[in-house]
Amino acid sequence: MALKLADYKTDVHNDWCPGCGDFGIVNALQMALAEMGIERDKATIFSGIGCSGKTSHFINTYGVHTLHGRVLTFAQGGKLANPEMTVVAVGGDGDGLGIGAGHFVAAGRRNVDMTYIIFDNGVYGLTKGQASPTLKLGEQTKSLASPNTNYDVNPIGLAVASGFTFVARGYSYDVRHLKDLIIKAVKHKGLAFLDVLQPCPTYNDINTRDWYAGVDLAQESIERHSRIYKLEDTQFDPLVHYDDEVEVNEKLSQALIKSLEWGNKIPIGVFYQNELISPFTTRLKDQIPNYLENPPAKQKISENGLPITNVSKILDSLEV
Amino acid sequence: MGYQIFGKREFYSNIKGEHSYFTVRVSDQKIHSNVNDVTLMASFDAETIFRHFDEVSSDGGIIYDSELENVDTERVHTLDSTFKERLHKYLESKNKPFTIGGVLEIAKEKGVNLYPVSFKKILVNLAQEADNPKLRSLIRMYNVIGVSLSLGLIKMPSDSLFHSIDTIFSKKPQIAEINKQAANYSYNYASKFENFDHSLTGTTKEPHTILVQGHYGTSIGKMVSGCRFQSYYPITPASDESGYLESHQILEVQNNRPGSTAVIQTEDEISAMGMMIGAALTGTRSSTSTSGPGFALMTEAIGWAGINEVPIVITLYQRSGPSTGLPTRHGQDDLLFAVHAGAGDFPKIVYASGDIEESFYDTGRCFNYADVFQIPVIHMMDKFLSSSVVTCKRFDPNKITIDRGKLLDKVEGEYKRFAFTDDGISPRSRLGLDNGIFWNTGDESDEYGHISEDPVERIKMMDKRMSKLDLALERIPDEEQAVSFGAHEHTIVSWGSTKGPIIDALSMLKKEGIDIGFIQIKLIHPFPTDYVKSLLKDTKIIIDIEANHSGQLGKIFKQNVLKDINYSILKYSGRGMTSTEIYDSLKKIVENKADKREVLTHGA
Repeated sequence: MALKLADYKTDVHNDWCPGCGDFGIVNALQMALAEMGIERDKATIFSGIGCSGKTSHFINTYGVHTLHGRVLTFAQGGKLANPEMTVVAVGGDGDGLGIGAGHFVAAGRRNVDMTYIIFDNGVYGLTKGQASPTLKLGEQTKSLASPNTNYDVNPIGLAVASGFTFVARGYSYDVRHLKDLIIKAVKHKGLAFLDVLQPCPTYNDINTRDWYAGVDLAQESIERHSRIYKLEDTQFDPLVHYDDEVEVNEKLSQALIKSLEWGNKIPIGVFYQNELISPFTTRLKDQIPNYLENPPAKQKISENGLPITNVSKILDSLEV
Repeated sequence: MGYQIFGKREFYSNIKGEHSYFTVRVSDQKIHSNVNDVTLMASFDAETIFRHFDEVSSDGGIIYDSELENVDTERVHTLDSTFKERLHKYLESKNKPFTIGGVLEIAKEKGVNLYPVSFKKILVNLAQEADNPKLRSLIRMYNVIGVSLSLGLIKMPSDSLFHSIDTIFSKKPQIAEINKQAANYSYNYASKFENFDHSLTGTTKEPHTILVQGHYGTSIGKMVSGCRFQSYYPITPASDESGYLESHQILEVQNNRPGSTAVIQTEDEISAMGMMIGAALTGTRSSTSTSGPGFALMTEAIGWAGINEVPIVITLYQRSGPSTGLPTRHGQDDLLFAVHAGAGDFPKIVYASGDIEESFYDTGRCFNYADVFQIPVIHMMDKFLSSSVVTCKRFDPNKITIDRGKLLDKVEGEYKRFAFTDDGISPRSRLGLDNGIFWNTGDESDEYGHISEDPVERIKMMDKRMSKLDLALERIPDEEQAVSFGAHEHTIVSWGSTKGPIIDALSMLKKEGIDIGFIQIKLIHPFPTDYVKSLLKDTKIIIDIEANHSGQLGKIFKQNVLKDINYSILKYSGRGMTSTEIYDSLKKIVENKADKREVLTHGA
């Protein structure tokens, strides 16, 4: 029986603030899972800590709500042990780019075949609105005592520099577009990163829904009705077409330059995609030829309570 | 040759240049430790002589490079000023110059036989004989020269020497040939030395004896126990285990396709821990291996594994702390830390192995405890064990059992990961299993694994999890909890790698008619209070032996058994205990001459 969107929802009470951008992301994720027809018990949502961390409880698949900043570590371990599973990791920008920044970079280098979505709102919501890594220098959101003293990290730029092979940005109030991006990300063979702009209606009074909608930009908003525009509507081609240094460098650098665009025009869509770099599972397969057919989670290790691993050759070599 | 050996590596935290040495004790009996006295010292450089000349026993010998006789302490840049000051004071008191000649004179006066050999001349002569001028400057050959001189001196048949060289250089026959020439020459050179009363000419071979390094027990144990995922971050002395697992990552499996261990080097220990937990949630037996500083980074996640009832095994190869401490030296400093690691109240098991052979079987137990009780298990090992090279009985994989507890292969009907059950253990699904969907969270949760802050449910969940500690004590057999080597009026309680030197010290005392008991506690947490109490019912004097400053097991013992420790024998110099020094302290205790706190100091 085909699964419906409703099948991917749990009846867990959602305690996000009214109007929270997180709702759009969860909806998009559920829609994407339903559209791809991924069996509920063949997918795991791993989540970090914070408002976004609760995501895994709202989705009716396996759900692992991990530790602050560590979601990628749990998710990679799960995927490497059971590579048949669809794995999506989610977390806030403080989680992934602050406390978890080291794991973010290391995950990029590994390129494990899974998807990582950052709920990017510029504040630490659940702890009452402190500045998070993507808040711009000098900006003062509602609960800050003084303007932010740190420069902001560029999630797209960092992902591209770290080796993520699919790098995209979505907007939480454009749910259909986001759903399509999630599908692309999940289908991508390698580590996909989605930076999702997500207004926090309670603590971020700068990058609000109205701000993204461009209501303060009288003239331009008449033309576009939004600060946000879609890369796919332009000539921008994010795909690395062939394995050549010039081609790769061009696509990497155009992604970085594009990611710096902010202010009155904010691009969403795919910034970079490279399927020519081997996913980590393939690299493991080079060392362990039957790794994908007989991955750690599927291996038989005992019979009638006794081990079946034969180490006699090793022990023979140690005999004196 | 049939001998039993106990060898130990000591080295600085550096890549090369600093002083490293290897002590090996050889016996025709089973031995478990080193002793203080060195019978034969083969030195290649001046530093070894400066640091170790006083360890050689009065009927022993020192083989040394005669070119070094005039070298003074200032010429050896790797001698630190603290050591030099101490040595100079000593030499001054003996009226000797600060030279190799000076220290060797002291040794000679003690009765030590000196065997000067010009290593340089050996190479020159060898080059002439072999008509190979390249040999003249092959300083790398000093190793094989030193070893061969020693074996010549102790009259060990030379065929085993040549066989070893062939094995080491099996892929480089030409190099093997050169080494054999050098070995043969040096061996014959040494056989002309006189006055050395010790010889090793061979003994009856004990069948099924293996020669193992410290990490072989846990690594081969992991393979046999079905550990198929190991994540780790490099740290001394734990990473040898991961390296060994990786170099044997493809595994032969009976009547089945090959298996494998995915060994993943992570960006830090936090990630090693997260990955291991992620893998364990798929039903894979998963582990990591680390040392104190790395373990410190793992403590947040161990709480997560605790509240989510995830079976994981952390092999903790302790070294000397605090902080980076003595990074390549021994210590049992992390027992209390392991027992208390993590925020909040949650159950875990801390289990300690006493020697390498034991660690093989204990690895199997640790995975069973983890699976059966759905609990994190910390397997305590240490630097003493990891840098030992010993002979022991061939590991018997058939003595390891695999009990996966309530791990499910299929799920029917409604599933609740944290369902309340009579024994507190819930049937465990795994990520990806049909119909087995569950949720995990580091927050308190309901039976499905969804966040719950309900006060009544909270109490039930805490009680469910914590009850596993009692269950573990109930279900883990006594002989796995603690091992009694007899209890007497004086009885030692100890844990971990002190076992070997204690056993050897006790047999030395026994020869003198002194009986001292020894209870090796293996299950440290939860503490087997009842069993330990029953073992000690006739003991009057309790002696705690540990390689740390504060007597950590002693504290746990007091807290649980409600009895005082009468004497502590402690060592925290970073060097392993020898049976000699334990013997000395025990003897003082029996003779009522000991301090309450005996601190051991042997070792350079």
